Amino acid sequence: MIVANKNKIKDMAENLSDSGPGRSLWKDARMRFMQNKAATLSLFVLLVIVAFSFIGSHFAVWSYERIDWNAVGSAAKVGMPSIETGHYFGTDDLGRDIYSRVIQGTQISLMVGILGATVAVVVGTLYGATSGYLGGRTDQIMMRIVDILMSIPYMFVLILLLVVFGRSIIMLFVGIGLLSWLDMSRIVRGQTLNLKNKEFIEAAQAIGVSDYKIIMRHIVPNLLGIVAVYATLLVPGIILAESFISFLGLGVQEPLTSWGALIKEGSNTIMYDTEWQLLFPLAFFVVSLFCFYFIGDGLRDALDPKGR
Amino acid sequence: MNHETMMQVENLKVHFDVSSEGDMLWTKRKKLQAVNGVSFELKSGETLGIVGESGCGKSTLARAIISMVPAETGRVLWFGKDLLALNKTEMRKHRKEIQMIFQDPLASLNPRMTIGEIIAEPLKTHYPKTSKADIKARVGDVMNKVGLLENLINRYPHEFSGGQCQRIGIARALILKPKLIICDEPVSALDVSIQAQVINLLMDLQKEMGLTLIFIAHDLSIVKHISTKIMVLYMGNIVELAKSEDIYNHPRHPYTQALISAVPIPDPKIEKNKDLILIEGDLPSPINPPSGCVFRTRCKKAQDICSQEKPELKKAASSHEVACHFND
Repeated sequence: MIVANKNKIKDMAENLSDSGPGRSLWKDARMRFMQNKAATLSLFVLLVIVAFSFIGSHFAVWSYERIDWNAVGSAAKVGMPSIETGHYFGTDDLGRDIYSRVIQGTQISLMVGILGATVAVVVGTLYGATSGYLGGRTDQIMMRIVDILMSIPYMFVLILLLVVFGRSIIMLFVGIGLLSWLDMSRIVRGQTLNLKNKEFIEAAQAIGVSDYKIIMRHIVPNLLGIVAVYATLLVPGIILAESFISFLGLGVQEPLTSWGALIKEGSNTIMYDTEWQLLFPLAFFVVSLFCFYFIGDGLRDALDPKGR
Repeated sequence: MNHETMMQVENLKVHFDVSSEGDMLWTKRKKLQAVNGVSFELKSGETLGIVGESGCGKSTLARAIISMVPAETGRVLWFGKDLLALNKTEMRKHRKEIQMIFQDPLASLNPRMTIGEIIAEPLKTHYPKTSKADIKARVGDVMNKVGLLENLINRYPHEFSGGQCQRIGIARALILKPKLIICDEPVSALDVSIQAQVINLLMDLQKEMGLTLIFIAHDLSIVKHISTKIMVLYMGNIVELAKSEDIYNHPRHPYTQALISAVPIPDPKIEKNKDLILIEGDLPSPINPPSGCVFRTRCKKAQDICSQEKPELKKAASSHEVACHFND
């Protein structure tokens, strides 16, 4: 009886264990993320916005540079949103199509946000992980450098850079990328100090794995959870910074535009009953930011189930 | 099996700097003597059990041997070559000969790597040119050896039980066919039934591959089962070093006697009538250890001489060393 059962159990065990690839922590996290309705919906909305910024221009009647001479100066009367004129979102005071300009602005703003965050994440993670893992004097020096850079007012440097070197997207990237990795490196260093004392790091050291490989293979992958969360929260921060700079009139160069620049123009003419000039870019801006924040929230819950 | 001397540790000392409240930058840091002049010899094929209370320096000693913790003074001769004198790169070459198994089985495995990657890591580190098929074959081989099914290779550590995780840890230590494996309390985080499995696995592997083990534990019955030689540590000092049977049958140091008497006997009648030697008092502070014999504050036999003179580790019988003024 017992022997027969034993064989049965053995069979069962073999069947169970023959299930191919295992479930990684990433897969687990993805499942938890998908269960978060707000985050999943936000991700969907954001993807729609991104898709719109690429596909939407095919449906545009007016390009973002072309001027509708009918609407120049009389945007309040002629340039309202309508399907007949082809200005789906209306025109601005110069007769330019807001629909095309919003698409263009979305591309620029998202690009600045995502590229800026990528730079910050890559530089910040490597810097923070190196500093935290090596420890001792190296750590002290590296972190004091961060402290010094952090004490410089961020906006001030950015504005100065744009004034001195002229307004350009590249300069904007340089300025934002230069400064936004600082927070990242601090967060990552803290996490690294925490990870460093785990036994699997010690195990790797005992095996004889080099410091570089320990950082790349053992520390960074285990940091990615917190990094991913912080990155999604960093993107809206950078978009906001870019918008603020553009709002001040120092951002991207005409005829290119961004959400901030559009909002600025819209808000300047709000007293002439052309509220569409403000509301359309603002809606995109607000919805996207909300999406990023919800996704960040969802990621945090998904990647760190114990923290809730 | 030839019993050549594999490792000789001479007068190994590990001190940690301790900063206490109110210390300024220029205040001299106090020294914590974690390991205080330990010497021993290890022959190949042997199993050296290290026992002692928590905080007595067992793990620090193990880590100092493979220079994971910097030693203050002393030498660790590995086939005649002093490991502590090597620099980081030279030491890295020797790490493939000495592997380690850790206490917490799950924590010692990287949660983001698959079992296959974890077990293959030593191989990839020391022989980066090994082909993928070769790596896979050897990982499968070593997994079979420790009793893991080969098709679990793509699973992640959190999908395994504690005992299985420890087998993975053992597989990782074995893949390079090391000469010496240091086991740092490999079973204290496991269930008793799993403990027996892992211990027996280690003993089987030792026989099969001719391994030498340094086995750290605080459970004396396990150490007795696996060890050929036992070292009893107290506050970073060796108090007794002898063959396994000798320690159990004729413990000579009062501390060892008390430890042995505390091991429960699985027979209620004997257990009831056994005279238990209790050690009174607490472990003294390792920052400010007692003068002379470190054990004198809790020792029943303590006399004046114990506070004045530190007892040397002396031969009491053939291959039985004790550090006590009154060993009989």
